[in-house]
Amino acid sequence: MALKQITLTVNDLVETVDVPQNMTLLQMLREKLSLTGTKNGCTAGECGACTVLMNGEPVNSCMVLAAECDGANVVTVEGLAKDGKLSKVQEAIIKTGGVQCGFCTPGMLISATALLDRNPHPSEAEIRAALVGNLCRCTGYFRIVEAVKEAAKM
Amino acid sequence: MANTNTKENPTSLIGASMPRNDVYEKVTGTAVYTDDIQFGGKLLYARVKRSPYPHALIKKIDVSKARALPGVKAVITGADFPNKIGLYLKDKNILAIDRVRFIGEGVAAVAAISNEIAMKALELIDVDYEELEPVFDPEFGASKEAPLIHPDLGSYTWPDFIFPEPGTNIANHFKIKKGDIDKAWGECAYVVERKFKVPHIQHVPIEPHVAVAMQDEKGKITLWASSQSPFAQRALIAETLGISPTDLRVIAPYVGGGFGSKAGVTMEAIPVALATKCKGWPVKLLLTREEEFFTNFVRQGLVSIVKAGCDKNGRLVALRNIMYFDGGGSTEYGVNVTRAAGYSSSGPYDIPNVQTDSICVYTNHPIGGAYRGFGMSELHTGLDQVMDELAEKAGIDKVEFLKMNAVKGGDILDTGMTMHPNGLVQCIENVAKSIDWNEEKKPVHPNKLRGKGIAVAWKAPAMPPNAGSSAWVELAEDGKVTVGLGGQEIGQGTFTVMAQMAAAALGVKYEDVRIAGPVDTQYSPYEWQTVASRLTWSMGNAIRNAALDARKQILDVVAQAWHENAEDLDIVNGIVVSYKSENETSLKNIAIYGIPKENNEGWIGGPIIGRGSFMPTYVTNLDPETGQGPRSVVHYTVGCEGLDIEIDKETGAITVLKAAASFDVGHAINPALVKAQIEGGFVQGLSSAMFEEIRLRKGVMTNPSFMDYRIATSADINFHLETPYVEVPQDDGPWGARGVGEHPMVPTIAALGNAIYNATKIRLQGPPYSAEKIYLAMVDNNVVK
Repeated sequence: MALKQITLTVNDLVETVDVPQNMTLLQMLREKLSLTGTKNGCTAGECGACTVLMNGEPVNSCMVLAAECDGANVVTVEGLAKDGKLSKVQEAIIKTGGVQCGFCTPGMLISATALLDRNPHPSEAEIRAALVGNLCRCTGYFRIVEAVKEAAKM
Repeated sequence: MANTNTKENPTSLIGASMPRNDVYEKVTGTAVYTDDIQFGGKLLYARVKRSPYPHALIKKIDVSKARALPGVKAVITGADFPNKIGLYLKDKNILAIDRVRFIGEGVAAVAAISNEIAMKALELIDVDYEELEPVFDPEFGASKEAPLIHPDLGSYTWPDFIFPEPGTNIANHFKIKKGDIDKAWGECAYVVERKFKVPHIQHVPIEPHVAVAMQDEKGKITLWASSQSPFAQRALIAETLGISPTDLRVIAPYVGGGFGSKAGVTMEAIPVALATKCKGWPVKLLLTREEEFFTNFVRQGLVSIVKAGCDKNGRLVALRNIMYFDGGGSTEYGVNVTRAAGYSSSGPYDIPNVQTDSICVYTNHPIGGAYRGFGMSELHTGLDQVMDELAEKAGIDKVEFLKMNAVKGGDILDTGMTMHPNGLVQCIENVAKSIDWNEEKKPVHPNKLRGKGIAVAWKAPAMPPNAGSSAWVELAEDGKVTVGLGGQEIGQGTFTVMAQMAAAALGVKYEDVRIAGPVDTQYSPYEWQTVASRLTWSMGNAIRNAALDARKQILDVVAQAWHENAEDLDIVNGIVVSYKSENETSLKNIAIYGIPKENNEGWIGGPIIGRGSFMPTYVTNLDPETGQGPRSVVHYTVGCEGLDIEIDKETGAITVLKAAASFDVGHAINPALVKAQIEGGFVQGLSSAMFEEIRLRKGVMTNPSFMDYRIATSADINFHLETPYVEVPQDDGPWGARGVGEHPMVPTIAALGNAIYNATKIRLQGPPYSAEKIYLAMVDNNVVK
């Protein structure tokens, strides 16, 4: 497989990576950059566990080719805390108890961050709609939705 | 009674909603799951060749072309590993030998230097099959006419509480005979009989199954797995390979959801088997989401016929329950689901006459295994809907009917065991209050129908009678505490609860307790499995005992050094204090190096390590013909759920307006975690009730993706759920606690079914209660035109 060299920003760091043409952004993050916080739940764009911010928009990183990311700005769960200080959504989900097994958590946090970036004071319906692509089997979503409401107040 | 006669001062930690001790890692992406471990450039990728037929003989497998493909390091077939494997009934092989019994069963496996090469190698494996007549209906499968799926059943091994019938497809037949059922029908004023069908469903952990195995040159094997059962996997896989259990080391990082699917042994044995053929190379098998849906454990399907009768006052008199579990191609774990449904078949009702046949039937469907609830959701689906109908027939308010017939302390259960004190009546009252049971209910919209439903449930830990737990508690130089345990953090919060218990029993701060994770069978203490809602109770006892042992060692040393009695000393927030002399010293002063004697005469004490274990010793076997015995289970957790719903007359779609779930948890060690478990379990139950079904057509799962197999999303759970719990202490639970992990999804299907009936007067045969199914039933029954 031919390699393509791309340069992109990941969590504020500029990275230059040689990627096979068929490698997904998810694979590149996990396998080339050792950013394993982003999870692989279905490899089909259906569960949301691999959600990252790409140029500010939440995307399923298993559905994006790494080769398309030249010049992109990507934020993963590892990039949410700044200088050891957790983001509002991270703080809030701890407070409300919205984490159980934790496997959906990185994607949830990214989707919630994207929502609050574009809509700082969402209604509950807007929160539920924004998280509809992030499946969770543990929590029943109550405390995750609560966390987004809480973060909006911070 | 485990919680008397100590000076421990637990009041501030037991019953406190401490923050999870794994949460920082989980919100920052640094928590390590199995697939996150880096194995470097030697990592091999495993893929499995699977049967396209539900039932066939394997005439020939030719792997020579696959083996010759550059990049392929190992190819194995079932014949390479002839020994059987299984938790209860040993009826399974690592890969099929001679015969395949469901679509998706592994027949060969490949390890290669890339996933692409492994996939290519699979295409090069030629398998000749001779198709056999399949069995897809468990009722028919149990008959003499059905073709045999395991003709060699009689040669398998099983524990003495499982009752297979060789020469048939019946893998386990559990029977209850209490009282005189034939006579009892004559005493009934009202009788209801119905047939129900509960479809197969999937656990759907968001983390798919993944396992990595490597064998070193001396033959020792390490397995890294997303696992609820590192110790059971060590024992079972080692036995099958003919090696000693301690020559197989299992390391089990955080689990991204289990729900039973990662208990026992399923796909983990395949990379281990491959690893034995390419020593020194780590071999990873990561299931695709499609494989996840039907090649591993699923929840068994159930066909049940339930008949119940009560007297003119609504008092239950008789219950006849016949359950055919659709066990699939192997029932190694599923036979015990059938057993659990059998001994619990009365539900949490006091019924003098009970007759039950709970039958586990081999079929050519995916393998049924452990699933949160372990047979109870399936059992209660029929049972609680028949009770609903019976209450209506007798003209008694359902809540009054439930309270009157609820099992109470001292009642003799269907197995002859005496029920322990419990708060079921309080749970029923809580739910009735939460959903305003007695309030007039009007639809919010004229195009909608409104209904309320309520159902009770119980479940006991389903396990061998002697499933054990062990733990150690160690102090470090800084006086902080490390807890060794073998139970798994699968999201339920057990690491947090165990740290709370250790801190409370020892007398240190919660923040000063660390869990020795990940669980590693090479140094972690033994734990049977992370299943059965048993850890808070069983592992909790072991940890409490270990912490009390460490505490005793500390106090004895300090008492000796201070010339005092240990009874006058205490440990408070990591400080040893004397109530008599008012001396005090920090644990860090004594934890490792001991205490110098006076006058430079030597030392007292040394490193402190406490040990503890727990194993129930009182569970007895039951009579094979009557299911009667003194003590069938360790205990039951009981509870109740209710829903207030609307149904759209134009679409059949359900909207939940309000819901409630109340369980008797004995003692909530961490109330926030208890509530979180109940919320998540309720939604998993509701999701199974409204949406979920493995659609099987001639053995083929036709919906193996999230697009076609829908689970509840954030948009579906748009209602308020109340979770008022009850605390009637468990006599042998740590601080009175008992488990509640599985229970919240047990009564949900029945509660929703009862609400649908209440709204429409239609009783559906089984879930999922989809909008389409409800709408068509409303048309058929002239509820709508």
